[in-house]
Amino acid sequence: MSLDPAAVRRIAKLARIRVDDAELPVLAGELNSILGWIEQLNEVNIDGVAPLAGAPGMTQALRADVVNDGGYPEKVLANAPDREGDFFTVPKVVE
Amino acid sequence: MAYTIEGNTGPWEIVVGLEVHAQVISRAKLFSGAATDFGAPPNSQVSFVDAAFPGMLPVLNQECVAQAVRTGLGLNAQINLTSRFDRKNYFYADLPSGYQISQFEHPIVGTGVVEIELADGSTRQIGVTRLHLEQDAGKSMHDQSPTKTYVDLNRSGVGLMEIVSEPDIRSPEEAGAYLRKLRSILRYLGTCDGNMEEGSMRADVNVSVRKTGEAYRTRCEVKNVNSIRFVMQAVEVEAIRQIEVWESGGEVQQETRLFDSARGETRSMRSKEDAHDYRYFPDPDLLPLVLEQSWVDALRAALPELPDTKRARFISDYGLTPYDAGVLVAEQSTALFFEAVAQGRDAKQAANWVTGDLFGALNRTGTSIETSPVSAENLGALLDLIADNTINGKIAKQVFEEMVATGAAPAAIVEAKGLRQVTDTSAIDAAVDAIMAANPDKVAEYRSGKDKLFGFFVGQVMKAMAGKGNPALVNTAIKAKLG
Repeated sequence: MSLDPAAVRRIAKLARIRVDDAELPVLAGELNSILGWIEQLNEVNIDGVAPLAGAPGMTQALRADVVNDGGYPEKVLANAPDREGDFFTVPKVVE
Repeated sequence: MAYTIEGNTGPWEIVVGLEVHAQVISRAKLFSGAATDFGAPPNSQVSFVDAAFPGMLPVLNQECVAQAVRTGLGLNAQINLTSRFDRKNYFYADLPSGYQISQFEHPIVGTGVVEIELADGSTRQIGVTRLHLEQDAGKSMHDQSPTKTYVDLNRSGVGLMEIVSEPDIRSPEEAGAYLRKLRSILRYLGTCDGNMEEGSMRADVNVSVRKTGEAYRTRCEVKNVNSIRFVMQAVEVEAIRQIEVWESGGEVQQETRLFDSARGETRSMRSKEDAHDYRYFPDPDLLPLVLEQSWVDALRAALPELPDTKRARFISDYGLTPYDAGVLVAEQSTALFFEAVAQGRDAKQAANWVTGDLFGALNRTGTSIETSPVSAENLGALLDLIADNTINGKIAKQVFEEMVATGAAPAAIVEAKGLRQVTDTSAIDAAVDAIMAANPDKVAEYRSGKDKLFGFFVGQVMKAMAGKGNPALVNTAIKAKLG
């Protein structure tokens, strides 16, 4: 797998990271070397091994259906750069 | 007869699949302890997890899992004892973490089936591809200010079930029947209130068209469809749009479109051009969800009787027509009401009164079966008064209207208004004699063979008796006297 500058531009856009065109080839080179390193994992034979998504043998902890949080709009809004009453406000998103 | 749309090049078949987002009924959110109530003051039901403060960790709500499993069982679907949560990444102002926790590769519920009934009495099986659990987003309000969008995170993190159908739907009618049936099942199960107006059930509609026998053509996804009627309209207008594109030599592009109910058209949502690149990956904050078969079995054992089973029982036990049974089981509360009325009485008569007079009265008075001015007990008592000949069918309608207006018990109305049926044959004979004496010409005509006049005499006698005559006795008396 290899990324060209156009792919890097698309990934940056999806992640909302601004990248100057001049930086694209540099970033492509860096990302490709990381991908190349990860690709070494393909050399391992994993036939018959189930994918793992967490520590082995551990399963999800569950909470009871009880309301025990929330009710503090001031704390939730404390870091809001802009607000109107108890609403967050952002520049108008037009559809 | 399959549904098709006639184009310039002949008939086109439509292919529809629905993605329904159903809000889970639970007290707390999917991954936090904040409340889920609708209509609370802005940002008052938001925990730090829901607002995506750094370092906050999600903990799964067991009841939301149980609700998803119950729904899966109600859809006759496979329950996956191991499932997993993934992050679906996209940017929007009402999604503070920049990703939605969802289930992509390993949903909690696999393939199932929903049986729909159509107007012509036929049934069809619509496949369910999967059901998965995910978080709802916050709510954006664009109409509060000319320059700003307001964001309320109360809905952020509320549990949703996304229920995806196979592309098995072939007409607007089938799309409507599928949604109605799905909503009915969810309400019976108590897993979603199905309220499309409040947004607790929403549908995305995937539409494509093709010539009969072809493979699938490119589909478009129509979002923002918030009523069953609009879903049916969206299917039709989007299919017609695609047919026009194909027939004018163009090619339908796969895209997300918006349904504009005011204009009755769909239009492209350019903002969603990256929307299908969600960069899913397993959520590292959440371990796999592993369920015990015994827990699933216990949930299955506690399920209520569902609409299909109830409908079959109403047909076999009460002798109802499939149509009446379908109408009565659509809402659980209606089915309960009907059974209370039918218990120990003529079930077909009970069904006629509930689906006819009662539904009419509810419509007229803007009430529902839960707030019905006529209780099941009182409607049953009215049927008893008909059965024991206290009143006749025509007077019963009059008593019923009085019950709707006052909520009073039928026996009290009959007594207060003196509506008791006259079964005294001497009174009936007297009334018949009076009518015959007043209409000698009609009597002569009848006797010379004009049988149709019989109805005239029945009408006149009943009128003279203020509608209270026992119809069978009146008929017998007239027949005997006219000879």
